[in-house]
Amino acid sequence: MKITPLIGLEVHVELETKSKMFCSCSANHFSTSPNTQTCPVCLGLPGALPVPNQKAIESCIQIGLALNCSVNELSKFDRKQYFYPDLPKGYQISQYDQPFCSDGCVTLDSGKVIGVERVHQEEDTGKLQHTTINGQKVTLVDYNRSGVPLVEIVSRPDMSSAIEAKEYLKKVHEIIKTIGVSSADMEKGQMRLEPTINVCIENETGIHYTPLVEVKNINSFNFAAQAIEFEIKRQIEEFEKTGIEKSASNKTTRGYDSVKKITFLQRTKEEAKDYRYFPEPDIPPFIIAKDLVEKLRSDLPLLPDQMIKKLIELGIEERFAKLLWSNESAIAVIFDHRSNPKIDLNKLASFIVNAKIDIGKDVTSQYQKLTKVGNTNREELQLVVKKIIDANPGVVSEYQKGKTNVAGFFVGQAMKETKGQADPKTLNEIVIDLLRIV
Amino acid sequence: MKLLHELTIKEIHAGYLKKEFTCVELVQHLLNRIEKYDSKLNIFLALNPRALTEAARIDEIIAKEGISKPLLGIPMAVKDNFLTPGMPTTASSNILRGYLPQYQSTVIGKLLEAGAIMLGKANMDSFAHGSSTETSDFGASLNPWSKDRLPGGSSGGPAAAVAAQFVPVAMGTETAGSIRQPSAWCGTVGFKPTYGRVSRYGIIAMGSSLDSPGPIARCVEDCALVTEVIAGRDERDATTTSLDVEKYSAMLGRKDLKGIKIGLVKEYLLSAMSPEVKQLILDAASKMRELGATVEEVSLMDPKYAIGVYTVIQRSEVSSNLARYDGIRFGHNRDAFCQETKRRIMLGTYTLSAGYYDAFYKKAQAVRTKIVNEFQKVFSQYDAVIGAVSPGPAQKVGATKNQPMFGEMEDILVEPSSIAGLTSIGIPCGFVDGLPIGLQITCDQLNETKVFEIASVFTKHTFHQLFPDLDKTL
Repeated sequence: MKITPLIGLEVHVELETKSKMFCSCSANHFSTSPNTQTCPVCLGLPGALPVPNQKAIESCIQIGLALNCSVNELSKFDRKQYFYPDLPKGYQISQYDQPFCSDGCVTLDSGKVIGVERVHQEEDTGKLQHTTINGQKVTLVDYNRSGVPLVEIVSRPDMSSAIEAKEYLKKVHEIIKTIGVSSADMEKGQMRLEPTINVCIENETGIHYTPLVEVKNINSFNFAAQAIEFEIKRQIEEFEKTGIEKSASNKTTRGYDSVKKITFLQRTKEEAKDYRYFPEPDIPPFIIAKDLVEKLRSDLPLLPDQMIKKLIELGIEERFAKLLWSNESAIAVIFDHRSNPKIDLNKLASFIVNAKIDIGKDVTSQYQKLTKVGNTNREELQLVVKKIIDANPGVVSEYQKGKTNVAGFFVGQAMKETKGQADPKTLNEIVIDLLRIV
Repeated sequence: MKLLHELTIKEIHAGYLKKEFTCVELVQHLLNRIEKYDSKLNIFLALNPRALTEAARIDEIIAKEGISKPLLGIPMAVKDNFLTPGMPTTASSNILRGYLPQYQSTVIGKLLEAGAIMLGKANMDSFAHGSSTETSDFGASLNPWSKDRLPGGSSGGPAAAVAAQFVPVAMGTETAGSIRQPSAWCGTVGFKPTYGRVSRYGIIAMGSSLDSPGPIARCVEDCALVTEVIAGRDERDATTTSLDVEKYSAMLGRKDLKGIKIGLVKEYLLSAMSPEVKQLILDAASKMRELGATVEEVSLMDPKYAIGVYTVIQRSEVSSNLARYDGIRFGHNRDAFCQETKRRIMLGTYTLSAGYYDAFYKKAQAVRTKIVNEFQKVFSQYDAVIGAVSPGPAQKVGATKNQPMFGEMEDILVEPSSIAGLTSIGIPCGFVDGLPIGLQITCDQLNETKVFEIASVFTKHTFHQLFPDLDKTL
């Protein structure tokens, strides 16, 4: 029996733009008092209309470009309709069949390529707070988060283990942080993870696929990995018990309980929503100009993989490169010394990694101190020492009488003569050798 | 001499300047008239309690600066789907009964900025779902021409307010015919701008890809003046066009229609239409020829297809736009939606559902494109197309009973131009059985000036702009 898990990931990232996706309210909703950053648009009041945030769309496209996607020339927003008290319009403005970006990929360290199906733009919802007021259980709605720009990154089901999924997530996380469109702080919910999992089982009766399971709203890489591992095991067991295979109608949605470390059933396909997508009539479609795409591409900083590659090209070992790529000041120091022939960049990198160099201070002198190797040219040094021996016959005779510690005198004089450039070890050897044969 | 309630904007401004009357006197006169007749007509849902205070302030401005703004001291009625802080805004629906808006619609802001005075909020079909005002949760309005007749809709209140001479000009909105059709039934002038020419921000949405706010007035010139005030790019409405607004009111100097090519749409002379209505349209065509225009018969797609397209697209958008009235906010439960609104939500939900979307919404959009292309072909050869606004005169009170497609049948001749987002005007062109009949003049997108020019010349040479004597008709 051969078992291959098939794992896809949906990642939601909240953008850190100044204003919300479709209005001018502040998008920074963390630790603000409830409902202080709202307006007719994000409250969904009668007559209010959405106006798209150009900066957010550019950030979305940059994420797509960083994930090697192509940018679609024609794009539009759609309404995704469902009822929930945190969704004031009764629909979320999202993108359905014409996302801004599609067909990208992320390459894992093993060289395995994970496909990125699409990167699209949407808006966040409000937040429900379940609480008790005057002894009564109530649910309050805070709309500060309503309308905050959200980018959804959908992978293909190309990952086959929790480890691969975690590596993919880390890479996506690093890329988002590097391009600076979001801090992607998991604890703040700025990055939310939704794995979709099923298992391909090849046995004597043929190839079987277990029913698809989507695990909703996970906020840590470890929980995502745990949920995936749990699901793989659970689905194999379930298949062995029931023999039920994947069909068009048996996809289920599960939640993850991080305390019990199990997934639990939330809803089945029969209860699934029909979102009744249709083109958002309040926002004209977009024609994304090639010039804009190229400008956004050229504005991208070096991405993690590109930076590591670049460091390796500079002669830095991969193990150091992987530790250093995200350390901006260290990278700057390394780049500053690129054309300095006296500095071995790999050695410099190793000093930085091992904290032997304080990059806040003069790096060159610290480096020299750490790497100091004096003049080891024996012929040159012999000449110097010879001169000193000749000039000091008294000290030589003391040496010959057995006072061997006067050798230090000659070493010191020679060092002085060479302005400290002589290698002490070599110099010592030469002094002893010459004193012996005088 | 004309009475105060009979004056056009130009005449009111002349009266102010000559000190024949003050703004307070005009507003008081109109309020008295409303007081006297509106209990029968049921046009106003709310009156502006500050109207006289504002009039007094405007009299001070006039004394100091003269007529310094285009609509200074012009009293207006507004359809109840424009958000007006200080006056309840309900879209004639119980689900919004008592709703006081927190912000002001762009159009109202522009009108106030131009010096207009809001007298009150006018009745409409509930959420603009209808062509009669009979779906209003606050009762139908009556047609000032006959107490047995409906004013049409959905902007029935605004059109009736102008016909009853409660105001010289009113604001309506049109999704498909909702300005032109009540204007035709009430014998007023109703103007539909190009979709995207006037901001929709702060207007309770009906069909978002179709909604066009526009004025209803006693004459073409007043419509032109109000349109030039309200038109233009609004950074709060992404569908508004940034093209400069022409000074329509200053471009109405044309004496005749020489050089103008007009298409008389063959398919709009419906077989079901009464011969009298048909004759009035043919007479209008002759009059235009007489005025120098070339009028030729043109052919467009049978308007019955527009009904299907419009019904699917508009219902789909309605089902989405009304989702926010979820019973959690705004104070009333969803059972407060009227029968017609529920019907539209149900149909729109169905046409957008998985498995039906392609057959309905997508197909409707494809036919919509065909209709747009057809118009474009005609407008490459003609300046305008003309036809009747409505197949007949105002229908009787109660006519919508058990007629869920009433509006669509009455609006068959105005739906194609709405679907194509065109600009059009409805003007009086005669009477049948003592009730006014409307002619529509439709031009290509953003060709507002041409519509006003043709309509202005036509109305200057015809004499159908009459008003009912309410003491006799009510």
